Amino acid sequence: MAFDYEKYLRMERMPHMWCPGCGIGIVVKAMLRAIEKMGWSQDDVAVVSGIGCTSRTPGYLDFNTLHTTHGRALAFATGLKLARPDKHVIVISGDGDAAAIGGNHFLHACRRNIDITLIVVNNYIYGMTGGQASPTTPFGMRASTAPYGAVDPAMDICQVAIAAGATYVARGTVAQGLLLERYILNGLKHKGFSVIEAMSDCPVQYGRRNRMSSAVEMIQWIRDHGVPVTRAKELPPEELEGKFVTGELHVAERPEYTEEYRRLIEKAQKAAEGAHG
Amino acid sequence: MAKEVRLWEGNHLVAEAAILAGCRFFAGYPITPSSEIAEYMAVRLPQVGGTFIQMEDEIASMGAIIGASLAGVKSMTATSGPGFSLKQENLGYACMAEIPVVVVDVMRGGPSTGLPTHPSQMDVMQARWGTHGDHWIIALAPAFIHEIFWATVRAFNLSEKLRIPVILLLDEILAHMHEGFRLPDSSEIEIVDRAKPTVPPDRYFPYDESQGDVPPLAAFFSGYRFNITGLNHDKSGFPTTNPEIIQRDMERQRRKIERHLDEILWWDEHELEGAELAVIAYGSIGRSAHAAVDRARALGIRAGLFRPITLWPFPEKRVAALAEQVRTILVPEMNMGQLVLEVERVAAGRCDVVPLGKVGGIPIDPPEILEAIKARV
Ligand code: SF4
Repeated sequence: MAFDYEKYLRMERMPHMWCPGCGIGIVVKAMLRAIEKMGWSQDDVAVVSGIGCTSRTPGYLDFNTLHTTHGRALAFATGLKLARPDKHVIVISGDGDAAAIGGNHFLHACRRNIDITLIVVNNYIYGMTGGQASPTTPFGMRASTAPYGAVDPAMDICQVAIAAGATYVARGTVAQGLLLERYILNGLKHKGFSVIEAMSDCPVQYGRRNRMSSAVEMIQWIRDHGVPVTRAKELPPEELEGKFVTGELHVAERPEYTEEYRRLIEKAQKAAEGAHG
Repeated sequence: MAKEVRLWEGNHLVAEAAILAGCRFFAGYPITPSSEIAEYMAVRLPQVGGTFIQMEDEIASMGAIIGASLAGVKSMTATSGPGFSLKQENLGYACMAEIPVVVVDVMRGGPSTGLPTHPSQMDVMQARWGTHGDHWIIALAPAFIHEIFWATVRAFNLSEKLRIPVILLLDEILAHMHEGFRLPDSSEIEIVDRAKPTVPPDRYFPYDESQGDVPPLAAFFSGYRFNITGLNHDKSGFPTTNPEIIQRDMERQRRKIERHLDEILWWDEHELEGAELAVIAYGSIGRSAHAAVDRARALGIRAGLFRPITLWPFPEKRVAALAEQVRTILVPEMNMGQLVLEVERVAAGRCDVVPLGKVGGIPIDPPEILEAIKARV
């Protein structure tokens, strides 16, 4: 039987504002299938976002949904999760939102290893505001604020996440929706901070400026530039130049923040009782 | 067991009062002269089953308290001038989305790094207009240790009742001064919790005007699935660009302040009867002004004191009546003239309004205020 997406969509909010051919929908569908597999009640899930095309996602979804300020979704989500550690908090962000203006919150959510799942839709551009360069715009590629090609080297979001302490890090693409779903599912199952980067297409603001004006061309470009992690290990670094590595890049076990805090509460209460008794 | 009078530091009492008012989440970032609030919360909150978190920056701590409040947990953060500036975008979000939170700003000299360890009253206008766009907000400026306690409780109660951020404005003097205070028992404290929806989830809208000027706010994860955004929104909380809906929503937000002025406005008056000169002062300078007025009265000068504790919304009606009554209003404050602008606006030429602004990190003492009074009568 076909998957019932409408169970999770606020159909009265349709049509959505995304452009035809945009990859965000593929990511959202993968996310919804993964949530279904978790068997969670919609009442127990919050979806939090910042600002940008990707960040419009929560409004279309039938969960507890929170559309915050630019870059700050993880900060709001941290408060939400600490207030209700028993519930499930998912953050969905664009590359500009997560890696530029929200970069500090990203680093520290990774460091705390708080049990939140972050999905970053990376389409190498600020779509909503008109195609400005983002921290992930590949070197030499064009944007409305990089008319001669980007001179800033691109950031590898997954490598940053691993270095900062995230305990589940995976990268998928919108060219492979089922794999993406599996990474999101594993991220949701994982106890700790999970980062799933979805390489996605923005044919309107990015592709158009970089000789890939159709979604098909862009998705082909994404497919051709992804190297599975097992194969990447065998390749010399020069051959990975300009490519990105896909797959489950990092899985580790480390104390989770809200559980650590629960232990801290017990310790503090015991000490206070001792002081009084 | 009745508690005893003991010495309290202002910052510590803010934190303890917050806990007694029901605060169970605090997110903060170190900044002088407010850090003792965070330090105290780090000790005390886990003892009462609450959560303290030191966030990565001021912006994050403002975001985190909004998130926690949305889950139904009373939340607070504390900061000082530069940090208060950093919080302003998310503070505006809390105004737009109508999320109850309490923000303490311990005022120090500024702008920029300014005088980090010295007092000022320079954030009066920032408290009102620091965030962008039209918005309504409440700011309280207590002057004594007991007032710090009750203003903190009131800050939570007002924010819960009206679904609005409340700013607690202290200055470095009050934050670090130790004074005697007996902590009330919880039975002596009235606690207000935000209204919860009574309608079933499919008929719940977080900004439903038909539910009153302050529509109930359901907690996340309570079975009411709804949307919160910083975009202008319709009653259901979804984005809208419809000018009529936006106008109506903003009018309702203004109304929720205007219709509750009796509960929001709080001030103290001293020797105003028959006064021909009124001093308007707040916070620690309100105390200097009190002493100066007593000395003036001893000299036979008919001076009085109006000491607002609620600075925003400004107590317009009472100040307008004072402007009718007196010949001069003197406004001493530790800045180059902020609240005096509001006094001038409200007095509207009915009396002389004289600023007495002083900066440099030292308080305005009673003799200085007395001299200014004498020069005017
Ligand atoms: S601008 Fe780009 S990212 Fe935004 S909706 Fe259109 S295609 Fe998608």
